[in-house]
Amino acid sequence: MTTETLIWLIPLPPALAFFLIVLFTNKSKALSHTIAVGAALLSWLGSMIVFVRALGVEHLGEHPFESSINWLPTGDTWLKIGVLVDPLTAAVLFFVAWTVLMIFLYSVGYHNFGQPAGDHDHAGLPPHGATIEEHGHKHVVPSIEPMYSRFFAFIGLFAFGMFTLVVSDNLLTLFVGWEIMGLCSYLLIGFWYGKPSARNAAVKAFMTTRVGDVFMLLGIAYLYSATGTLSFREIFTEEVLHTLATIPSGVLGLSAAGLIGLLLFIGTVGKSAQFPLHVWLPDAMEGPTPVSAMIHAATMVSAGVYMVIRMFPIISLDEKTMAIVAFVGAFTALFAATIAVAQNDIKRVLAYSTISQLGFMIAALGIGAYVAAVFHLITHAFFKALLFLGSGSVIHGMEHGVLHTGNHKVDPQDMFNMGGLRKKMPITFWTFLIGGFALSGFPIITAGFWSKDEILADAFGHGHIFVFATLAIAAFMTAFYTMRQITLTFLGEPRTKEAEHAQETPWTMTTPLVILAFFAVTYGWVGIPEHFPLLGGLVPNWLHEFVGGTLAEHPEAVEFSPWPLITSFVVALGGLFAGWLVYRNINSPAEDKLQISFLKNKYYFDEIYDYIFVKPAIWVSEVLVSAWMDKGFIDGILHIFGPATGGLGSFIRNKFDLPVVNRFFGDGTADVTYWFGGKLRAVQTGRIQQYLMFALVVFIAVGAALYFFLLA
Amino acid sequence: MNFISTHLLSTILFFPMLSAVVMMFLPKDENKLFRWFAFVASLVPFALTLVAWFQFKSSQPGFQFQETYVWYEAIGSSLHLGVDGLSLTMVLLTTFLTPLAILASFSISDRVKPYMMLFLFLETGMLGVFMALDLLIFFVFWEVGLVPMYFLINQWGSANKDYASLKFMIYTMGGSLGLLLAVQMLGVLFGTYDLVTLYERWNSLEPGAILLGMSVHTVKTIAFWAFVIAFAIKVPLWPFHTWLPDAHTEAPTAGSMLLAGVLLKLGAYGFLRLVLPLYPAEAKMFAGALALLATAAIVFGAFGSFGQTDFKRLVAYSSVNHMGFVVLGIAAAAYSIGTQDATIALNGAILQMFNHGLSAAGMFFLVGVIYERTHTRNLEEFGGLFPLVPVYGGILIFTSMASLGLPGLNGFVSEFLVVRGAFPVLTAYTAISMLGLLFTGAYILKGIKKVLHGPMNEHWAHGEHKLTEINFREIMVMVPLMALILWIGIYPAWILDVINKAVVMLF
Amino acid sequence: MNFPVLSVITFTPMVAALIILMLPAQRKNEARGVALAAATFALILSFWVYLTYDQAAAGYQFIEKYSWLPALGISLHFGVDGISAPLVLLTGVVMFTGVLISWGDDDKHVMAGIQDRPREFFAFLFLLAGGVFGVFVSLDLFMLFFFYEIAVFPMYLLIAIWGWIQTREYAAMKLTLYLFIGSVVSLVGVLAMYWLQYKNTGVLSFDMILMENAGFSQTFQNIWFLPVFLGFAVLGGIWPFHNWSPDGHVAAPTAVSMFHAGVLMKLGAFAALRVGIMLLPQGAHTWSWLIMLFAGIAVVYGAYIAFVQEDMKYMIGFSSVSHMGLVMLGMSTLNRNGIMGAGIQMFSHGVMTALFFAITGMIYDRSHTRQIPELGGMSKIMPFATIGFIIGGLVSMGMPFFSGFVAEFPIFMGVWEVQWLVAVIASISIVITAAYIMRNIRQVFFGAMPEKLEGHITDVTVLDKVAITTLCLFMIVIGLFPSFMVPLIETGVENVLRLLGGS
Repeated sequence: MTTETLIWLIPLPPALAFFLIVLFTNKSKALSHTIAVGAALLSWLGSMIVFVRALGVEHLGEHPFESSINWLPTGDTWLKIGVLVDPLTAAVLFFVAWTVLMIFLYSVGYHNFGQPAGDHDHAGLPPHGATIEEHGHKHVVPSIEPMYSRFFAFIGLFAFGMFTLVVSDNLLTLFVGWEIMGLCSYLLIGFWYGKPSARNAAVKAFMTTRVGDVFMLLGIAYLYSATGTLSFREIFTEEVLHTLATIPSGVLGLSAAGLIGLLLFIGTVGKSAQFPLHVWLPDAMEGPTPVSAMIHAATMVSAGVYMVIRMFPIISLDEKTMAIVAFVGAFTALFAATIAVAQNDIKRVLAYSTISQLGFMIAALGIGAYVAAVFHLITHAFFKALLFLGSGSVIHGMEHGVLHTGNHKVDPQDMFNMGGLRKKMPITFWTFLIGGFALSGFPIITAGFWSKDEILADAFGHGHIFVFATLAIAAFMTAFYTMRQITLTFLGEPRTKEAEHAQETPWTMTTPLVILAFFAVTYGWVGIPEHFPLLGGLVPNWLHEFVGGTLAEHPEAVEFSPWPLITSFVVALGGLFAGWLVYRNINSPAEDKLQISFLKNKYYFDEIYDYIFVKPAIWVSEVLVSAWMDKGFIDGILHIFGPATGGLGSFIRNKFDLPVVNRFFGDGTADVTYWFGGKLRAVQTGRIQQYLMFALVVFIAVGAALYFFLLA
Repeated sequence: MNFISTHLLSTILFFPMLSAVVMMFLPKDENKLFRWFAFVASLVPFALTLVAWFQFKSSQPGFQFQETYVWYEAIGSSLHLGVDGLSLTMVLLTTFLTPLAILASFSISDRVKPYMMLFLFLETGMLGVFMALDLLIFFVFWEVGLVPMYFLINQWGSANKDYASLKFMIYTMGGSLGLLLAVQMLGVLFGTYDLVTLYERWNSLEPGAILLGMSVHTVKTIAFWAFVIAFAIKVPLWPFHTWLPDAHTEAPTAGSMLLAGVLLKLGAYGFLRLVLPLYPAEAKMFAGALALLATAAIVFGAFGSFGQTDFKRLVAYSSVNHMGFVVLGIAAAAYSIGTQDATIALNGAILQMFNHGLSAAGMFFLVGVIYERTHTRNLEEFGGLFPLVPVYGGILIFTSMASLGLPGLNGFVSEFLVVRGAFPVLTAYTAISMLGLLFTGAYILKGIKKVLHGPMNEHWAHGEHKLTEINFREIMVMVPLMALILWIGIYPAWILDVINKAVVMLF
Repeated sequence: MNFPVLSVITFTPMVAALIILMLPAQRKNEARGVALAAATFALILSFWVYLTYDQAAAGYQFIEKYSWLPALGISLHFGVDGISAPLVLLTGVVMFTGVLISWGDDDKHVMAGIQDRPREFFAFLFLLAGGVFGVFVSLDLFMLFFFYEIAVFPMYLLIAIWGWIQTREYAAMKLTLYLFIGSVVSLVGVLAMYWLQYKNTGVLSFDMILMENAGFSQTFQNIWFLPVFLGFAVLGGIWPFHNWSPDGHVAAPTAVSMFHAGVLMKLGAFAALRVGIMLLPQGAHTWSWLIMLFAGIAVVYGAYIAFVQEDMKYMIGFSSVSHMGLVMLGMSTLNRNGIMGAGIQMFSHGVMTALFFAITGMIYDRSHTRQIPELGGMSKIMPFATIGFIIGGLVSMGMPFFSGFVAEFPIFMGVWEVQWLVAVIASISIVITAAYIMRNIRQVFFGAMPEKLEGHITDVTVLDKVAITTLCLFMIVIGLFPSFMVPLIETGVENVLRLLGGS
């Protein structure tokens, strides 16, 4: 099978799985997850083959795998859609395939496959556990998710969206995948639609991202009408880019390229939860813990970053846009980090750290650090996936404890209810530790270090000191809250009975952790800069060579400088140490100095948005448009016509027809009429002959009249 | 068979009407018979339309399957039928939706015979507009279509039917007055109503020349607006849209399906078939105004929909919002006629007509399904029904997503094309209309949220109110719609190619 | 062919009337039988005339001429052309259906049809019918006048005796005076024409075909056109001389209303066209603007007033004013489309109002009220009548595929050619008509039935159904296939245009 055909096929299995499960197998849980996982496996296989073949190609950047078909007729031309695998795609495809497969596998365990059905579980609500009789005594065990099959259908569709987005060679199909994932995130966040919080979060997520999407759609339309194509390869050519850079857009003095870039970037801001559209991501944690969260955090949000990286050639054409991108990224990185510090929900911490890390990538892109952005995107995907799955494993363990004690008031996600879990759940602990260190950029060994360090180095090297500083501080806080999280969760002694009864999770959940942990460490080694002291050059900087080849002119690595290196050492280790120092013997929120309500409430963004966007929108719709404009004004005018016609009618009849016309031409007669009438009453009562007499009289009258005239 | 092949269009056109007449003589009170008779009778035109669709040579210019019969020689009007890619698409939509609508109304048990007869008459009325190549015939069917719909709403509608039906009837007739007069004027000027002739003669008039004591330019401008208003009411364009929520809400389910599915298209079709070819100059001149109204329809339609508490009204307003895109595309095309932008915009507009036909019909049907079971349309009284009716829920979400314009489903393709076509021409309006696109999401999600999600409303969970799952017949109504929605979403070329060729040759 | 079909048609009703009078008063059913037989006979003949009229040859056909008073040049000169042939048919139809719906069964609790002295009733009705036929077929001015009066005066008796007790005397007398005055005015004009022709040609003759080329001077025509035209047009209910008509309708018994609106008003319009426009074409050219003004006003005015009527008969009466206004409007254009439309409208409106009044009568007979608000729910009990009324309604609102559209459309086109402003204003009436018709249908037939009517309403009789079907058929056939009538009327129009010296 040719590589191109194979690429076409990669996204299909999950889509088929979706339809199969929805239409046929939804009754059988085992069959459903078999199909889904099988599909993920196939896509994974395909991706790996493609990846390997891609590695084998010289100058993949110039001669990528591509193939396309006619899709939309536009006048005498066609809009083509197709697939493309160039270095960037290959690299992204690699981690997507892995993470997706891991999710699917993990989900099996997470949704308690093999456990009995719950006592009074209810579709649309999380399972509450089932009582079972085991040699003599009853006890409660986790119960299987009532909508188990549906879940696999959804993530199947989701995976389809992600693969489509990655392999597509044009913005349109990219957007298709983009939106399909949007739908899936909506469905998955609202998976437990029985919970009001969940359904609101779902709507919030969809709408917030949609804000970005409509701008993106505009950008696509603009790009399409400016260049006449949406295919990346056709756009990223000398002359097209040149024209885009030269023609002014007439908005904010941006060039066409600048405006397009900006519009597309807004799409990313929504999808990758950058400031100011970041508000949906934390709420997205309402989804089934932690799988949907992991989807949102590790995979879908990467799509946003992937898109800007894809469009880098256009975005980089205009300084203004680049400046905006850099600013948004850097600001978000810091801003989100500050919030993360004050969160107690194990998942929310990770959610904000995601926002912050994505900020790193965006910032990197904004300063032109193309490869660094890609690098961090990949490493982050691995270790953040690891962390979320880890947290999920933790929560799962805690829930086990909760079921055991039966005290449902205890929130299994609150880190202050945990502690000392390292003994209870060793695998989870170690893998989580690795992930955490990678996130904090623990020097040398973890992948996070290398990618983050490259970003800092680039920022420093290209003289973006402001960005550099901001990111450095953000990095410090990252290390800090990561350590805080690890300390509160795993170190020390259990703070609750539930924590004591926490249990390690089944292999289906731990295996993915281990595999991801492996990448969280090793993937960094493919991107070690040549000039790095000691290590530099031991392994070739493969990533830079390979991914860099995507661009027309290969970006050369910044020359080495010790300052960024030192900085990343300091912030990473310092942050970790500080985190451990502060939290090693804090046992309740009360003792936590950093529980500043301002931070806990995320700078009150939800409230502010509620007041300036949501409420006004509702008012406009319900009152202004529906009630006042339509029912009041427009219908008001229409309703005038009826009475107006009636009024005019009766006016004519009573004020003109009867008194004027009738009196003038009629009542002369009317009076006579009554006079005659009086005379005639006698006649009518009589018999027929008299009528005939009358008739005769009339005849004679007429005849006489005629005769008179004839002889006159 | 030979007769059929030579009289294809007239057979499609009059078959429903004749079957309705035959139906009149069927025995009383045989509801089952009436239903199946009507259903089968409406399938025949569909089958024939498929024949036409496959025999149709999309790359051949001009009208095909033409037929001409004497109708009103004295004033130069003849029953001249014919289709091009544009009208054939609409014919297909009509003959496709009518059987579904009839199937959807199998649950009607009150005066089934007249009900079904009216539907068949309605089908003929709608088809006539799409097939007419004679201005007077166009107008004739345009008006005639009102009558069955009026009685369907007025007789089988819900609580507020009298107000709604009268508003619908009088408003549309009033709107058509200008059209009527303009048609008469054209007839007087040229002594013929044959569209093809009118296209040439009307446009070859000297702009300076004097007509009815006014310059041709003035006359054309007035006539232009006469046409536009008539069609704008039907589409409906803001601010002529207020009849629509009432009519849709009160109409019986199948009535709303056709009302939204086909009748609204008549207006848009009028723009394409008459306004653009007859008034290219004026259309270009007033494109901005049209676009303004279209944008208003998009935005206010979305807001209005979001503001509703009645499920059916919500869907009804969504039609305003979606049809706005059709007109936006038309306006863009009118402004930049001849360019590729225009072609793309028109492709989008026409495909949007077809797509909205599918999704709106589906939405209205689904609203009807739940209304039949709960006898309420008030969103506040639903909630958390998903676990009770999973299949229904799935179908509802699917259809909603189509109407929301989710990529991969049909709505997206057309809306994208419209936006793409309009953007370079009417940038500002396109940008503003994005607000409408945003709120499309808002009201669709509101609908799903209020009906399916959230804590279950126990009222529907058990007892005599227990909500029953969507039944086989109802699923059978939705399946063809959903299949087509998905098919167009994934591979639009099969239909868009026909449209595209027609557009290229027409404009 | 030498079978004197026209005179047979004309005198059949009169003979029948005499026969009926001969019958003893108790033998109601015999009277009805004879009436029905005669009506059917007349209908068949008129239909035959209509169908066998040779459109290729055009002109006056089935001509019969018997001299009657040679000294004065008065002769019994019959013949029909494209315009009068449909009207003859119309008269046949209305007569036939009129008899059917006034049949009246003697089952007492349904006071349908005519129970009271049907013998006399039918006699007078037929006298009237005979007169109407006579007017339509006469080619002799004197005879035309003679029949005109014969047609008019039985109205008085029919209304005054069988009419609605409350207003019958007033209405009957009002009607009679309007019409007599009108006819006398035109009579004067007619005689003036007679004399002038004598002066010009030296021939004493009332023969209209001769008069057509009597060469009346411009000034003469300008002076005499208005009296002649308006004098006849009064019977056509032209504004501002229309008030007799609605009052007359309300007072008249059902069958009489049918005749009155169905054919009598056509009589006026027809005579106005035949004598006024065709014999005084220059005058017509001079005054057409005034006629158009009156007619235009009538169209909108009638519609507006009809909109606010509560009494069904008043509503229909004023809608007739509006619709007859369209006829006059068509004539006043003096062009092909306009006159042709007027011709079709005369037939269409005749059938339509006949149907309206028939059904109104059926409802009144059962509910004893015509007040729209006091009625309701008829559709459940008389579905057949409901459908009939709906079809009539669609015709009157000019809905395509019904005769009303076929008639109104060319009228408007004709007006466009002369004065587009009038067309624009007149078109308003279409929507208003639609509004009140729809409202009426909704209330009377589909509204909730008032308690006091519960149980008193019975379905219409078979004869009624036959009548309704007959009338509806014509409206639908003409609507679907205009060529059923239009080409015929066109031939007549050509003749008019020839006299008008235009086109």
